[in-house]
Amino acid sequence: MAVHPAPITFDDPHGGHGHGDGAGHPPHLKHYFVSSEQQFDASKLGMWLFLVTEILLFGGMFVAYGIYRSMYPELFTEASTQLDTVMGAVNTAVLLLSSLTVAWSIRAIQLGNKKLCFWLLVATVALAGMFMVVKYFEYTHKFDLGIFPGEEMVYAEGTTFTLPGLGEENFGPAVDEHAAEGDDHHYVPGDHGLTNQRAGLFFSIYYMMTGIHGLHVLIGMIAIGILAVKTWRGKYSAEWYTPIENVGLYWHVVDVIWIFLFPLMYLI
Amino acid sequence: MSTVTTAPAPAKTSAAPAHPPGHEPVHNYLLEPGPGPDVKGFARVWPTVKAWATTVDHKRIGVMYLFTVSVFFAIAGCAALLVRAELMNPDMDFLTADEYNRMFTLHGVMMVFLFIVPSIPASLGNFALPIMLGAKDVAFPKLNLMSYYIFLAGASLAVYAILSGGIDTGWTFYTPYSDTTNTAVLPMTMAVFVAGFASILTGINFIVTIHKMRAPGLTWNRLPLFIWALYAVSIVQVLATPVIGITMVLLAMERLVGIGIFDPALGGDPVLFQHFFWFYSHPAVYIMILPAFGVISELMGTFSRQRVFGYRAIALSSVAIAMLGFLVWGHHMFVSGQSPLSSIVFSVITFLIGVPSGIKILNWVATMYKGSVWLTAAMLYSLAFIFLFTIGGLTGIMVGALAVDIHLHDTYFVVAHFHYVMMGGTVFAMIGALFYWWPKMFGRMMSETWGRISAGVTFFGFNMTFFTQFILGSQGMPRRYFTYLPEYHDLHQVSTVGSWFLGLGLLMVLFNMIWSLFKGKPAPGNPWGAATLEWTHTTSPPDHHNFHRTPLVTHGPYDYDVLFSGDGYGGDGAGTPAPVPNPEVGGPQEMGKSVDLGLSQPKPKHD
Amino acid sequence: MEREGSFWLPPQSSTTAHEIDALFYFIIIVSVIIQIGVTYYMVKYAWKYRRRSHADRPVDVHPNKWLEISWVVIPSLLVFVVFFWGFKAFVSAGIAPDNAYQIHVTGKKWLWEFEYPNGTTSVEDLYVPVGEPIELIMTSTDVLHSFFVPEFRVKHDAIPNRYTTVWFEVKEEGTYQVLCTEYCGTAHSEMYAYVHAVDRGTFNEWLRTGGGNDNLPLNELGASLYDKAGCQTCHSVDGVSGTGPTWQGLWQAARPGSEEGVADANYIRTSIVNPNAYITEGYEGIMPAYPNLTDRDINGLIAYIREINGDWTAADSAAAAAPADSLAAPADSLATPDAEPAE
Repeated sequence: MAVHPAPITFDDPHGGHGHGDGAGHPPHLKHYFVSSEQQFDASKLGMWLFLVTEILLFGGMFVAYGIYRSMYPELFTEASTQLDTVMGAVNTAVLLLSSLTVAWSIRAIQLGNKKLCFWLLVATVALAGMFMVVKYFEYTHKFDLGIFPGEEMVYAEGTTFTLPGLGEENFGPAVDEHAAEGDDHHYVPGDHGLTNQRAGLFFSIYYMMTGIHGLHVLIGMIAIGILAVKTWRGKYSAEWYTPIENVGLYWHVVDVIWIFLFPLMYLI
Repeated sequence: MSTVTTAPAPAKTSAAPAHPPGHEPVHNYLLEPGPGPDVKGFARVWPTVKAWATTVDHKRIGVMYLFTVSVFFAIAGCAALLVRAELMNPDMDFLTADEYNRMFTLHGVMMVFLFIVPSIPASLGNFALPIMLGAKDVAFPKLNLMSYYIFLAGASLAVYAILSGGIDTGWTFYTPYSDTTNTAVLPMTMAVFVAGFASILTGINFIVTIHKMRAPGLTWNRLPLFIWALYAVSIVQVLATPVIGITMVLLAMERLVGIGIFDPALGGDPVLFQHFFWFYSHPAVYIMILPAFGVISELMGTFSRQRVFGYRAIALSSVAIAMLGFLVWGHHMFVSGQSPLSSIVFSVITFLIGVPSGIKILNWVATMYKGSVWLTAAMLYSLAFIFLFTIGGLTGIMVGALAVDIHLHDTYFVVAHFHYVMMGGTVFAMIGALFYWWPKMFGRMMSETWGRISAGVTFFGFNMTFFTQFILGSQGMPRRYFTYLPEYHDLHQVSTVGSWFLGLGLLMVLFNMIWSLFKGKPAPGNPWGAATLEWTHTTSPPDHHNFHRTPLVTHGPYDYDVLFSGDGYGGDGAGTPAPVPNPEVGGPQEMGKSVDLGLSQPKPKHD
Repeated sequence: MEREGSFWLPPQSSTTAHEIDALFYFIIIVSVIIQIGVTYYMVKYAWKYRRRSHADRPVDVHPNKWLEISWVVIPSLLVFVVFFWGFKAFVSAGIAPDNAYQIHVTGKKWLWEFEYPNGTTSVEDLYVPVGEPIELIMTSTDVLHSFFVPEFRVKHDAIPNRYTTVWFEVKEEGTYQVLCTEYCGTAHSEMYAYVHAVDRGTFNEWLRTGGGNDNLPLNELGASLYDKAGCQTCHSVDGVSGTGPTWQGLWQAARPGSEEGVADANYIRTSIVNPNAYITEGYEGIMPAYPNLTDRDINGLIAYIREINGDWTAADSAAAAAPADSLAAPADSLATPDAEPAE
């Protein structure tokens, strides 16, 4: 049973399409809420519900991962060796640290320390950026090796295919173009040692999951960046910091999803 | 059920004025805010459009949704008529096979994703939910408007997909067919993805509003059953829609870069797609039907002037259906290559879900017992709903039975079954709900006479169209057939002719609506004698912000005796019984006559 | 012989059909009783308690706990009866007897191919011995299809890269309609096939003669293959343009881009063996390859095309039939002298 603190509420004789009309209402309180407390509770419940949808969005892909892993366990063991555990571990640490900074920023604004809050938000964006840079290197390395999702996957010539969707177009170049140019530090597409013809399937799942996760990191960076600017301008205070709290929740979920992705993809 | 209490503030003893203080309809949400009276002619158009396009008022957003989904209902309905016309004869060459395939896909995709899913919740729910809760708006009004625009964006993508050649996969998008067909699958999957976002946002908004914005005294036990239904629906929307979202993204990536997760040619599993698809699309069936349950509960209570029988059972069965609805998706796949064990488990749970649905039907019928049943057009649609939904539910038991489903799966029997539930259920309930809430939305009464005639024509046409399809299906006529064997000819002809009656009935409803906007009698605040807040505490149409004072709720949603107990309604903060309760309300002889009961408002001024 | 169906259901022609039908009728009867009950009370209450005047007041009805409990418990019991019954019939319809005769089935756009244990293949016509359990092991080469015989009450999807099965035992000799019930594109509604249930002796003879085609003259073989191999799904013989070009006027018609520039025997042979070699303008390259057609089959189709274009005489028939070695002759031997390019 919900508790309503104010049964008799402010009069609104003009239909009230202004905001914050009537004395004694803080500027952030929307006219259709009875109290700040109600507004805060509503925002937070809304955010939690949104995060549930995020979990379910990734849930679908985790289920696909689980099903294909149980169908082709050897594929997952073989293909996951292509992932760089060190880079993954660095990224895990970076994201965990960013979760700490964002939580700390909420604490700071609760205590009214706007400046600290601002710098912690900036630090969070910076850490998220670092995560993306590492991801960039991981992706480009795989592209160099011809590791693409699904039917784009490049194999060394001579790999035997039984699946009708794969054929000669999936063989890497016979001539090493880079070597001809005298470039020593390069990779040849198809030179990854994978022979399992379903490897493309594994990397489809890998790219989809980490890609959509990366998209969430990007969106989080933008949101936190906006929060940082607004904090700098003094929009938030110890009385009202709901957006920071909510974006913080979102960021933790992005973090938690990675915590599951890392071992499932890189470690086992 | 609660007992009646008097208002906390002293009631005014003077005779009720025609317009209670503070309730002169100057703030009518349809007109205000907008250009002032000094602006005349076409100069009014742009400011009015701008005011509507940027509104965050849940009532206006509801009306905009209503208009939008009606357009898609009309388009998809026309597609259905074309499909039926093609099936008039087996060798009809009215459409080619490919055009026919695009046409039924258009019908399915539009009806499901652009009409039924948002129909009742986003239009009537958006309009009525905050008022029924005694709130000024939903919890996130801007998000509400955003969800409308997201929906429009999704709908535009769907229209683009159709204009760029259409799509011929059927609304189920089964792989590998949808991987390989050279029609516009990509924009259509994106349309479904985007429209899904709108659905999620509406769901979140409703859940938060119901949890946090109820008026004082409006406990969970006093929530109108429509609210309970919307609550259950919102849970399903929030939990199921993300899965169709990711499924559509995976399908789109399949088409774009060939990721192969659902493509057997690359080692993927097409049956996995069906699991993903139905994990959303079966709960989506409850997104479609649960709001209808809520509507029928309101209509049966109000028009029987009787407490809804088994209030708690109906409320909780809505939530039970929502939860169990997540565990039955596999009953779409009894012959699709899932393991027999899963089929058996899904069948058990499917039957479990039949029980709460059955309880509801019996409770609605029992509600009329010893009541005072007013056979308005809305009530006729409601009774038609009960009849049709019972058939839909019982045939659901047939297709849920493992062995029988082997024979009936993917035949016209299934087509008839889900049309009895979706069309005979949701659409009939929605039309009933429109007759019911129309006076509140637009301040005008629809024609009762034509409403009753349309109920008869629609009911007749519907049964003629779809009952024949049960027989066709059990005789073995598969669905999605462009042409058919001669033995099915007669029944197909009956069905096609029936579809014309059905279309005629729906056109009558449409004309009734348009007619009422211009010629309908002005509606009093509470024309039906209902006892929920939107009728007892607001004018028709409601003020810009619904209530001048937050109402205090002192009785249950179906305690009609409170309406007749003289001192009225419990307080609304100032003790003003806004729209004055009147025992005369809702007498049959008032219909069609313009009796000013002191409740009606002057005709809204359009100058 | 006449097989009688009922108002609701087609005839029961397999040994498992009666179980499914019994449950079907049980639910129908219970449903009709429930429907009549609900409608009766609905109409009765709506009429009996109709609002006669605006002063009508409802009588306060107190919830009846036992009534509510009864309509939770009774439907629950009913649905569990239905479930267990359905479960039982599902199991017997799902598990083939050990001695079932196995036939491989392949669905492709838009025809069904059948392969028998001895290597005999047929298209669109499934011959089975009557009174013996038959198990079909199904797959698909392109998209999902579903094998449905209404009179047997069997149905299952055929899925690419995977085997699914159905089984049945036909009770009476006769021909039974097969329909595709999983939407598969343009000609989904014409993806017909027929189950021919024959006695064991006839079946063995049919199997031994490789589908009974060995003794036909080439043009008649072609005519039968036109139907059986599924050519008619896309190609008409009366000039109507379908998914593929019509065969009327095809023989010696100009086909720019091909080797000889006209549709001669080689052109037709190539088009059957490797359909995407030449794509006629205005059509899509969607025809599947037909690896199961023998040389004689292809010769038959060529003969049939010549026949419908008025370029086949009885003499050709006799010539083709007489020398035994012509059975497996390359297509060239059938080319008439005037098949040379005109220029």
